[in-house]
Amino acid sequence: MTGVGVTAPALEATQVSRAAGVAFIFKKAVISALVALVLFSLMIGIRTEAGPAGQLIYWTRFGDLAAMVATVFGGSIVVELLRQWWGPVDTVRIVPPRVQSTLALARRAIAPVLLVFTFLVPVIFYNERYILDLGILVLTYVMLGWGLNVVVGLAGLLDLGYVAFYAVGAYSYALLATTFGLSFWVCLPLAGILAALWGVLLGFPVLRLRGDYLAIVTLAFGEIIRLVIINWQSLTGGPNGVTGIPRPTLFGIPLTPADDGLAARLGIEFSPTHRIVFLFYLILALALLTNWVTIRLRRLPIGRAWEALREDEVACRALGINTTTTKLTAFATGAMFGGFAGAFFATRQGFISPESFTFQESALVLAIVVLGGMGSQLGVALAALAMIGGFELFRGLDQYRMLVFGLAMVLLMIWRPRGLIGHRAPTVFLRHSHAISSDLVKEGHG
Amino acid sequence: MDYFAQQLINGIVLGSIYGLIAIGYTMVYGIVGMINFAHGDIFMIGGFIALISFLILVSIGLTVVPVILLIVLLVSMAITALYGWTVERIAYRPLRHSFRLAPMLSAIGMSFVLTNFSQVTQGARVKPVPPIITGGYTLHEGSGGFVVQLSNVQIIVVVTTVVLLAIFTWLVARTRLGRDMRACEQDQTMAALLGVDVDRTISMTFVIGAALAAVAGMMYLLYYGLVDFFMGFVAGIKAFTAAVLGGIGSLPGAMLGGLAIGLIETLWSAYFSVEYKDVAAFSILIIVLIFLPTGLLGRPEVEKV
Amino acid sequence: MSGDCILTIDHLTMRFGGIVAVHDLSFDAERRKITALIGPNGAGKTTVFNCITGFYKPTSGTMRLTHDDRRDIQLERLNDFRISKQAKVARTFQNIRLFPGMTALENLMVAQHNALMRASGLTFLGLIGAPSWRTAEKRAIDQATLWLDRIGLIDRADDAAGNLPYGDQRRLEIARAMCTEPALLCLDEPAAGLNARESAALSELLLSIRADHGVSILLIEHDMSVVMEISDHVVVMDYGVKIAEGTPQNVRDDPKVIAAYLGADEEEAIAVMESGT
Repeated sequence: MTGVGVTAPALEATQVSRAAGVAFIFKKAVISALVALVLFSLMIGIRTEAGPAGQLIYWTRFGDLAAMVATVFGGSIVVELLRQWWGPVDTVRIVPPRVQSTLALARRAIAPVLLVFTFLVPVIFYNERYILDLGILVLTYVMLGWGLNVVVGLAGLLDLGYVAFYAVGAYSYALLATTFGLSFWVCLPLAGILAALWGVLLGFPVLRLRGDYLAIVTLAFGEIIRLVIINWQSLTGGPNGVTGIPRPTLFGIPLTPADDGLAARLGIEFSPTHRIVFLFYLILALALLTNWVTIRLRRLPIGRAWEALREDEVACRALGINTTTTKLTAFATGAMFGGFAGAFFATRQGFISPESFTFQESALVLAIVVLGGMGSQLGVALAALAMIGGFELFRGLDQYRMLVFGLAMVLLMIWRPRGLIGHRAPTVFLRHSHAISSDLVKEGHG
Repeated sequence: MDYFAQQLINGIVLGSIYGLIAIGYTMVYGIVGMINFAHGDIFMIGGFIALISFLILVSIGLTVVPVILLIVLLVSMAITALYGWTVERIAYRPLRHSFRLAPMLSAIGMSFVLTNFSQVTQGARVKPVPPIITGGYTLHEGSGGFVVQLSNVQIIVVVTTVVLLAIFTWLVARTRLGRDMRACEQDQTMAALLGVDVDRTISMTFVIGAALAAVAGMMYLLYYGLVDFFMGFVAGIKAFTAAVLGGIGSLPGAMLGGLAIGLIETLWSAYFSVEYKDVAAFSILIIVLIFLPTGLLGRPEVEKV
Repeated sequence: MSGDCILTIDHLTMRFGGIVAVHDLSFDAERRKITALIGPNGAGKTTVFNCITGFYKPTSGTMRLTHDDRRDIQLERLNDFRISKQAKVARTFQNIRLFPGMTALENLMVAQHNALMRASGLTFLGLIGAPSWRTAEKRAIDQATLWLDRIGLIDRADDAAGNLPYGDQRRLEIARAMCTEPALLCLDEPAAGLNARESAALSELLLSIRADHGVSILLIEHDMSVVMEISDHVVVMDYGVKIAEGTPQNVRDDPKVIAAYLGADEEEAIAVMESGT
């Protein structure tokens, strides 16, 4: 019961400040409620709809409006109270050192534990199709996040059109497979190479641009690719997409109930789950390949040049580093991984359409990278798990889902602007590898 | 020739709308150095509020069109401005001195919030309105029977834009608020030391930008006769293109860029293909940024070594 | 000037719009010597550096670099990174430009980028972990270790560069420039912000760099104690033009230099100059 003795004075202190702040809190809540009333008056209070004859009709929803305003009022009080209780103290500093060291230990253990668990997911959840599908989805985003991390996290180049390379990979596989009948394993590298080529094609003219300009140009590029896919109907099937994309084979052995299928050859009973499990391990392998290559590249001169570029481009030039080719390689590498992921996406779905490659996807992947903590492989994996998993939790909310997602993005950025794992591990060391605090690490200007 | 003249008129009208949105981008970029990704959605909200207030006014029996227009204009400007203020307060102010990417992601998140907020509250279907302002003038009747027309809506859009731009230019050039804005644009710390309320000035920038976007939203509603929850995204990117084309940070530049984008889009649709009009607009953005990174009227940025 | 010159600046002019930052400047830097470029603030010294190191393209004039093997390179024809890569000119910056989020060791590894890129077979050999790459990497780490040892930062090799004290950062930036194995080292105010003891250590470091590595040094410096102690030749600039050059002694006694530094008040100027020695 010693805990009570320690916390009692602290409680008293907060109670004093709370008493002093009641008027303040109330005033703030009233203002918030008034603002909410004006904001929502027309948008929530009145619902418009196109009537049966094409004319516009409307009806009122003052009950909803009142409920929303009341929610804002109550929410404002709760937030303000929480803030006063919590105080301006940084959450990290509240945690005692012993807990922190345990946490550090846990952090070191988390990656291997996560990896082993991921390997076991198809075994543990063999009969739960939903979880397997979700796992595949999460891993796809982990891979996309790791791919984009090369561009944004390491090289510090803000790319808002990453989905374009995902689309190029997906359509490359879909079209090559449906037109020429090439197998997945031939198309996979081709999809990566084509995406990388597009990366270079885009990168070459735009990499002189800095910061937000680069962001907006990549966004425009992503939109151009999508619009071309929609409008070039003779090649891409336009908004209808490409159907009948071949499923992947286990190096030529199809995963079907047919006589030459895997199940028949192994002499076991066919189950559609085989294919799901196969896809799971396929994307896991692709994601781990991305991870392995990225970790390797970081320790090579090219990877160090990427990070140096993020830190200080002028200094890089003074050291004789060709910044243009360095940026291009980062762009192409990221694009290549995006292309691989796209090819996987196409083979998993069996059907692709431009709808899957909107700006929202780019924003989601970027959010994963930034939330993960730029440049941190583990952080990106955790962020992908949190984002996609969280997104799934709200599946029942249907159209509220994107609303919640947007709100979560805002709040997460305010809560942790530098992401979950905000420190950088050195690529080479003499004696000890100290993590470098995120306050020192730059995030690039390009 | 007649066809071209007609397209020119249409392009200028569309360009005025883009220009009004572009001003919001250019001001915010000038003062806080970030792309306000939610600005396109503020424009969309402005369109919705104009639609709803118009509906209410008509249903309570008001029939005098100029009065309706004036009330709708004021109401949508006021409420949308409050949206602009709230967005800044919630999503950007806590991150003002944070890392560069955080406000950008926060802005993208806010854009999703606004898009889906209006989808949830007003439904996903396109909302049509009957033509509010009808009539117009025939400028020229060609021999082939092609008529060059200037509708009253087009006149109203252009006149409103010009008037608002004039008021706004005066505001920035002559008033205390304008001076504070320009000071914050140069150096926020110094401005604060000299007694400028930086927070308030930045808030006001968002408020003014949102109010102008609301005007654009209303003009869009009048001109095209419809609004939908997704119209902010593409219009936003095009308006940003306009701001960049004109030289970001420059108000006349934003208007000029808006007109340029409007004309390019209209003429491209008229002479080449409607399907690729957005591709044309985005390609122009890329080309401009590559060959003219400071835009038409922007100041060159000197790299310090 | 007779003798063996590594760098010959000939009628260099740099205009920014209507402003002439450097006007018709000519001087030579001798091989394996330390040449100092001094002058009051705004005299155009850093602009000269930026022209030499390719950050600015001069309006007119030529800059010829002559390597040990008599190979001539016209610097004004190369741009940014090629100056360091091909002409072997390295530089430091007035306001230190390290990679703050990378460790001291990593900073020195980045400096060996071009050599390591070749050794890693443009990344592909490195990716598969070829033995030739491993040895090259080890050699690079040794080279970096050597420099860390020389500048006394071996114990802080694994600390972020941004966490090092100011004086250490200055030395690390010089070591980083040296890791590119330059023929000409351009230092922009290396002693700025250093205390007397650190300045003295810096002088020693620069002299030993010249002696051990045969590197020619071009130096911008305000700290007269450093300039007087280590320079072989001093070029004085004011308002973009050269107003004097010669040995440190000659320059120090030149009335034009004194006038440039402190207006017309010669006595005060002499006092300052002497306190510096």
